[in-house]
Amino acid sequence: MDKEKDNVLLEIEHLHTAFRINGKFYNAVDDCSLTLRKNEIYAIVGESGCGKSTLATSIVGLLDPLNSKVKGSIKYRGQELVGLNADEYDKIRGEDIGMIFQDPLSALNPLMRVGDQITEALYYHTKDSEAERKKKALELLKRVGIPDPEGTFRRYPHELSGGMRQRIIISIAVACSPEIIIADEPTTALDVTIQAQIIDLLKDIQKEKESGIIFITHDLGVVAEIADRVGVMYAGQLVEIGSVFDIFEDPKHPYTRSLLNSIPQAGELGDRLHVIQGNVPPLSEMKRSGCRFAPRIPWIPASAHEENPSYHQVGDGHYVLCTCYQTFHFQEEK
Amino acid sequence: MSIIEVKNLKVWYPIRGGFFNTIKGYVKAVDDVNLSIEPGETYGLIGESGSGKSTIGKTIVGIERPTSGSIIYKGEDVTKGRNRKKLKYNRDVQMIFQDSLSSLNPRKRINDIIAEPIRNFEKLSKTEENHRVKELLDIVGMPKGSMYKYPFEFSGGQRQRIGIARAVSTHPKLIVADEPVSALDLSVQAQVLNYMQDIQKEFNISFLLISHDLGVVRHMCKNLSIMTRGRFVEVGTREDIYDRPQHIYTKRLLAAIPDINPRNRQEDTKERLRVEAEYENDEKAWYDKNHRVLDLKPVSGSNTHYAAVPESNSMVEQGGK
Repeated sequence: MDKEKDNVLLEIEHLHTAFRINGKFYNAVDDCSLTLRKNEIYAIVGESGCGKSTLATSIVGLLDPLNSKVKGSIKYRGQELVGLNADEYDKIRGEDIGMIFQDPLSALNPLMRVGDQITEALYYHTKDSEAERKKKALELLKRVGIPDPEGTFRRYPHELSGGMRQRIIISIAVACSPEIIIADEPTTALDVTIQAQIIDLLKDIQKEKESGIIFITHDLGVVAEIADRVGVMYAGQLVEIGSVFDIFEDPKHPYTRSLLNSIPQAGELGDRLHVIQGNVPPLSEMKRSGCRFAPRIPWIPASAHEENPSYHQVGDGHYVLCTCYQTFHFQEEK
Repeated sequence: MSIIEVKNLKVWYPIRGGFFNTIKGYVKAVDDVNLSIEPGETYGLIGESGSGKSTIGKTIVGIERPTSGSIIYKGEDVTKGRNRKKLKYNRDVQMIFQDSLSSLNPRKRINDIIAEPIRNFEKLSKTEENHRVKELLDIVGMPKGSMYKYPFEFSGGQRQRIGIARAVSTHPKLIVADEPVSALDLSVQAQVLNYMQDIQKEFNISFLLISHDLGVVRHMCKNLSIMTRGRFVEVGTREDIYDRPQHIYTKRLLAAIPDINPRNRQEDTKERLRVEAEYENDEKAWYDKNHRVLDLKPVSGSNTHYAAVPESNSMVEQGGK
């Protein structure tokens, strides 16, 4: 029991994150719960606007306190993160939780040499001397596969390619060996060959440091490549949670099944792709009661949905929101 | 009879420098490229960022000027302005852009955006024009009410569909689609690709689909080519390229696509590392001494498949002149 408790790095329970739109607060993340364990890559997958990045920024506390509200509980090794003030958060960010951003150019300071940006994290979180910090930074650069660490140490971000910049971001994120890494679409801006390299690098680092990674992406291929557990997000809710095999081999929720079905496959030329009807409603117009995916599958009768959707266990660690998965079929297979 | 033929196209940008700002060298964005597109076909052009794939598209539409080479349309070279006008080339060839927001004028209503090419090339009365715009919106599955809205009122997928409606409005023969779905979500991407196929069937339009996404191209295109460093490394049908890749660059690209079957991940990674090691070991053999891609050679046993593979040492020498 204790060992199990020791393995839990991050426990998120009933997290609600709301943004102010025209003076009213709307939940972008609506009642999300998840548990991140040691040695685990937890992928959160969903389309743009589903709240997956908001979930990530809520964990690291980077939201604007005036225009957003966080409710619920985020526990890092038992310590409550919701409601911490900026100074307390600074101690955790970087040291215990590292963050990798989507756009490596805007995440790096353009006026600061790359080396200084890496040592900066060490300066705030360790008692190392300057020489030690530099030595560590060079090791990190070497670790993330930068060919000329000494030279790169003195370069500015604009002198590096996109893949190299993302490697720098990764080296900053892991500088203090954090237990948790939050990666928000780290490979979206990169070419496929570079993406493959970055994925391999993240997997290696995760194994080496035994850390837990929350990996946010919209690319199901990347999820299949990297994740241990997957949470599928739609309209602010995690609609299906399971192991990577559950999600890809035995998907239950209509949204997961539709999404997997709309990937262009190797089939015949000119096959029609599966399309999910309708649109994701904007935050301010979203219906808050009932199953949120219901308007997009109108051929399923209302009686199949729950009034207040709850999680149903369909396998070991495999949960689905709402009962509509039991009777769901695609429109063309009546 | 192909609808358009690109012959020995070169687009070089001069690098200037020194005291008199003289030309010091060239960036060879597109370097001696040939391709032809059949009527009603979707031709795929794959490459990573900076490979020159968009430059080819822009040159065909006429946004970029070629340094040398020709683009043959209806038997005449349309790199000359006089021919373009005579053949009504600018009406027959349209473009769909990647970034749907910045390619639609934010101050214009959808009605005016879609009608602009029509007003440019045809003389229609107000009611005829209105009718046409409604028809076009209907084809791409947009409600009639969207005519009087502004671009910012729509989602990314809807804006991309408006871009398609605008491109189709002049009844073009060829549409250059530059990364039309790469900014879109999976389900929206499916929708836009379906509409592109519908329009193709209805009006017998050819597409030049420029993309970095090998999955999308495999779904849409019968013929395709792979491009890097301004040159084609491999040309062929989808079976040629996806089932029998010849060039190390193509193999590397194919190995890098994540597989959606999580059970294969170990083998995939192994295969990827093997190809990557191969690429690193004999990269030199695949390119000449100026890092230029070799000339395309027919792959034995096929009349559609060409690859820039080294045959012998003498061939490597030849490519490097």
